[in-house]
Formats: sequence, C-alpha cells, structure tokens
Amino acid sequence: MQLSREALLKAYRQMKTIRLFEERLHDEIALGEIAGFTHLYAGQEACAVGVCEHLGPKDYIISTHRGHGHCIAKGCDVIDMMKEIYGSRDGLCKGKGGSMHIADVNVGMLGANGIVGAGAPIAVGAGITAKSNGTVSIAFSGDGACNQGTTFEAMNMAVVLKLPVIFVFENNHYSEHTGEAYAVGAESMTARAAAFGMKAIKADGIDFFSVYDAMRELIDHCKAGNGPASIELDCERFYGHFEGDPQRYRGKGELERIREERDAIRTFRQKVTEAKLLDHGDLDAVDAEVAALIDRAVAESKAATRPTAADVTQDVYISY
Amino acid sequence: MASKMIRDVIRDTIDAEMARDDSLIMLGEDIVGGNGAPGGPEAIGGIWGTSGGLWAKYGPDRVIDTPISESAIIGAAAGAALTGKRAIAEIMFADFIGVCMDQIWNQVAKFRYMFGGKSRCPITIRMPYGAGYNAAPQHSQVIHQFVTAMPGLKVVMPTTPADTKGLLAQSIRDDDPVIFLEHKALYAVKGEVPDEDYVIPFGHARQVTQGDDITILATGMMVGFAEKAAADLAQDGIGCDLLDLRTTSPLDEEAILDSVERTGRLLIVDEAPPRCSLATDLSALVAGKAFSSLKAPIEMVTPPHSPVPFARELESAYLPSPEKIVAAAVRLMSYRKV
Ligand SMILES: Cc1ncc(C[n+]2csc(CCOP(=O)(O)OP(=O)(O)O)c2C)c(N)n1
Ligand SMILES: [Mg+2]
Repeated sequence: MQLSREALLKAYRQMKTIRLFEERLHDEIALGEIAGFTHLYAGQEACAVGVCEHLGPKDYIISTHRGHGHCIAKGCDVIDMMKEIYGSRDGLCKGKGGSMHIADVNVGMLGANGIVGAGAPIAVGAGITAKSNGTVSIAFSGDGACNQGTTFEAMNMAVVLKLPVIFVFENNHYSEHTGEAYAVGAESMTARAAAFGMKAIKADGIDFFSVYDAMRELIDHCKAGNGPASIELDCERFYGHFEGDPQRYRGKGELERIREERDAIRTFRQKVTEAKLLDHGDLDAVDAEVAALIDRAVAESKAATRPTAADVTQDVYISY
Repeated sequence: MASKMIRDVIRDTIDAEMARDDSLIMLGEDIVGGNGAPGGPEAIGGIWGTSGGLWAKYGPDRVIDTPISESAIIGAAAGAALTGKRAIAEIMFADFIGVCMDQIWNQVAKFRYMFGGKSRCPITIRMPYGAGYNAAPQHSQVIHQFVTAMPGLKVVMPTTPADTKGLLAQSIRDDDPVIFLEHKALYAVKGEVPDEDYVIPFGHARQVTQGDDITILATGMMVGFAEKAAADLAQDGIGCDLLDLRTTSPLDEEAILDSVERTGRLLIVDEAPPRCSLATDLSALVAGKAFSSLKAPIEMVTPPHSPVPFARELESAYLPSPEKIVAAAVRLMSYRKV
C-alpha cells in the first residue's frame, strides 16, 4: 500500500461511483423508464478500478455486456453514460448503443460488447498499437467468455506476437445461470491461461489492493517485452445476470452472505481506516459527493434531448 | 384444442418429439440452467422458457447444457447428426450466428452436396430473432436473409401457435438441416393449437386475409403488422391478399405468383434492411415471372440501411409499422402510368 492519500481517495471515489451508479439503475429500471437489457456490475468494483487505476488514455481496455464499471473506471463521463442508458441523443453514443455498447475511444475505452467473447481478439489488435506506443491493452472477460473459441484464439495470438495484452478474467462464478464449476473444464482459468504460454496469476477481486498490486506486476512484465499475461479475479455479482433475473440458481442465503462478507467497498474502507491512511470522515465526504453526482446524472438524463427518426441513418458511414 | 403461447408450443413440441424419437438430442447455453450452481440444474430451463422440464424428463445425455461456445454447439449438433442422431441446437439470439457461421454455412449446409448425396444432417437450429425490445444493435437483428441465401438450408419462420407446432415437428423430422427462426416478440402470442400430432409441409404460405387489390407478402412480426394494416385498408375499401410465407426456403412461388396475377400490385414487408434481402428476392421473382400482371411498381416496406438502434424512438422509427404499410398501399393504389 504505497498509494498517496489522493490516489486512495480517487480509487475509492471510482469504486463508489460504480456502486451508486448501479444501485440507482437497479431502482430506475424497476420504474420502467429504461429500455433494453441492463447487466449491473455492482460487486465487482475492485476489479475494474484495481486494473484501471494503472492506466492512462493511451492504454486500451475492451469490456463486456457488464460494462458500466469498466467504463467509469477508465474515465468515461458518468453523466453522458447515464444519458446513453436512458437512450438520449446527448448520451455518450447518441442513444444508438445503450447499456451494452457504451464506448469512448477517446479515453481508450473500446466498448462494452453484446457478443460474449468478442472483446479479446479486438484487444489483441489494440495490443499491436499499444506495443508501438509503449502502453498496454486490457481484455476484460468473464468466466463464461473464457470458454469461447475467440478467447482461445486471442490468447494464443497474443503469445505468438508477444503483445502487451493482459487478459483479465473476472470470475463471478456464473455465466448467466450456469455455474463456473460446470462450464470451465480446466482446473482453473489461470491454469488454462498458463498453458497458452503466458504469465498467469490470481488475485482477490473484492480487494482493491490485491488487484492493484497484482496488476502492477503484470503491467511491468508486459511493458518489458515479455508478451501477454493473464489474471483471474475472484469476485461476486450482487444483482442478477440482467435486471429482472429471478436468480433461482443461487444458493440459500448466498446473496446475503456475499453482500455481508465479500463487499469491495466495505473491504476498502476497513483496510484504509485500520491502517489509518484515511478516516471515515474522508470516505463519507466522497460518498456524499458521489451521491450528488448520480442524482444529477439521473435528473439530467430524464430531461435530456430525445433522438429523432432522422438520427437513425446517421453515423453508419462517414461518407456514402 | 388448447389455447397456448408460442413459447409453450415450442417446449411441448420438443417434448413430444423427444418422446417419439430416442435419437433426438438438444444442445444450447442455459437450456437447463443452474448446472454447476448451488441452486442446482433446471433453475431456469432456458432463458426463453422453451425448454423447462426437459432435462428432468430426458436427462443430461439428451438435454445438453453447453459452455458459451456457439461454434462447438453447432459443430457438435452436426457431428451427432452425421453419425445417426437427430439434433436441436439453440443459439440464444440469432445475432450470435456470427460466431458459428462457418459451422452453419460451410459445414452443415454443404455436407450432403459435398459428400455426393451420401449423408444426412438432420439438425434444427433454433434461433430467437428480431427487434422490438430495445435490445440494441447486437441483440435485435433478423438473419433470414443470410440463411435463405445459403443453398442446403431450409428456413422456417412461424407466426402462430398452431403453425409453430406443425412446422417445428416437420423441422425436427426433416432429414435436412433447418434454421427455425422464432421471433422474440411473438413468444407470448396465444392461439388455439390442435392436440393431435401433425406436421406442416414446407413451402406452403398461409393466406391471412383475402382481397383483390394488393398482394402483401410478410414473415415473422411483420405478418401481424401487415394484418393490422390490411384491416385499416379494408375500411377504405382496399382489399389485401396477405400471405404469411411461413418458410422462405423452400418458397411458395405458386401462391405468390397466383396472388399477384390476380391483384396486379405487390407490397413486401420485411424486417431486414433493404439491400440484398428477402424483399429484393421476392421482387425479382415477381418482376421476372409476373411482369405483365403488374399495374404499379413493387413497394417494399423495410428498415433503412442501418444497424438496429437502441433508443425507443430510434427503434420504432427504424422498424416497419402498420402506418408505414398503409402509406405504401395508398401509394400503390394511387399509382398512374404517365
Ligand atoms: C456469443 C454470445 N453468446 C451468448 C450470449 C448470451 N450471454 C450474455 S452474457 C452471458 C454470460 C456471460 O458470462 P460471463 O462471461 O461469466 O460474464 P458475466 O455475465 O458473469 O459478467 C451469455 C451467455 C452472448 N451475449 N453472446
Ligand atoms: Mg461470470
């Protein structure tokens, strides 16, 4: 833990922003104002933030259907993200993509993605650019996406081309309704990644410091020209697969238990206050600031400009 | 007769076919659900509710939950079918065809031809498809235009509960590979379904409404839109001969040409973008074989040449609608050669 007070406060603010963004969406979706499929990231905040706190705008990430946390952590504008989810013309993607496709290539965020397993190959390409920039490219994938052939191809190609790509596997133990224990045939995702010929480690995905420290090591490894690496993050998803999921596949008391024992925000608070790096007052001030930001994001989204029929055919081609 | 929703008809028909034929297996993601999870298998029975109870009844050797691996799902169904089984493969959203296109297009569709007619590949690939849910560009698309263009595949698009039963039973029993397209917006459509066992042979359109002024051709969700438009047009004395094509490969050319020869006007409603589509294919058919009957240029009501957008306003502007169909019909009726 050699982070400055400012760095700690920033990491906490990012995690808290993700948490409140998702909790608020959960409530707003129940009111029926938001269209489409929404997959909430709450519970996995330490993964996105522990990775992205190392990155700058010329480092790239590519995300998944559960992308809000990655977008926030990489620096997408929170208000514009909310507007996008509301389908506004002022949204980050002009209401064309919605929750599953939020992207901002200007901050190195190459998109949430509706196709499971589509991200890793694209991250390999961003890794070609990253290699020439001296930066890194990160592919976020889940325990479900890790079984897709596209993920295997991407891992092998990154090894063959010795690219600075880090495959981040967020193991929340479920792909939709199916358990990781059923769908991942290998001993572990880490063992499988290692078999592709890359450095592969694990970290605790609810502990920001565990993720952050492990990522430091992997980024140094990649930037030294050693080719790709992989990290498996043990984490929890606090909501259903998508909003509306009855979650009958969960064990009795499972949700209560993970919310009690495996909460990334609470873990962070406990660690920094016990080590006397920050006090509760510092953290409460961040909470209030973030709550105000989310309120503003929702209020502005509800009042934002709606798209019109003429927008449908815009942005398909630059010229035609 | 019982009144049932399309999603339940699909489940019940698969159930009946599994009972009828021990060699039938099915594969897909989460079609059992809850495997490897504390809540146990069959915590869901398919995200569309089209396979509930089947795992408990037929067991894990016949109702096979797969990892997220569309290529391997289609490949495995194909391999099983080539070696004596009959298979149903579910691709959760038709949009994911991109992941397994090789298995469908280069493998399944071509085996019989490439192998000199010596093989069978009895597989039914079920794919929920279509827009209407604001599910954004990668979960809202139609794909019938691609698969109809592929020799070797049969393509089925049911729109009523009774048709769903007969067409799905025919698909499963068919010795050729069949792409069975289920419009997501039609899953909850309810209707009378005969209790007895029956199949509906492919290549026969369903006459939805009868009229002498305009032939309307439609598939999937577009059939209901066209039916609504036809009812509005009837109020103004315009009679529509509406055909639900039911299968796009094989195609009921005879019903289409007979109708156009009678009405002299053709309106095609298609959920696919306008280029190289079913609509353009049907126009070519009619322009080529019923040219002399045509009293006006063919009208096509389709989305624009863009991906399916997310926002509510954008998606509804994108999709054909009963109003757009009525407007096209009015254009057809008011056309005068100059
Ligand atoms: C190619 C493809 N197949 C299936 C799906 C449907 N689907 C969406 S998310 C998902 C589960 C993904 O699980 P995982 O990778 O563990 O991510 P998590 O949802 O846990 O974040 C599935 C099967 C999809 N979107 N794309
Ligand atoms: Mg998962």
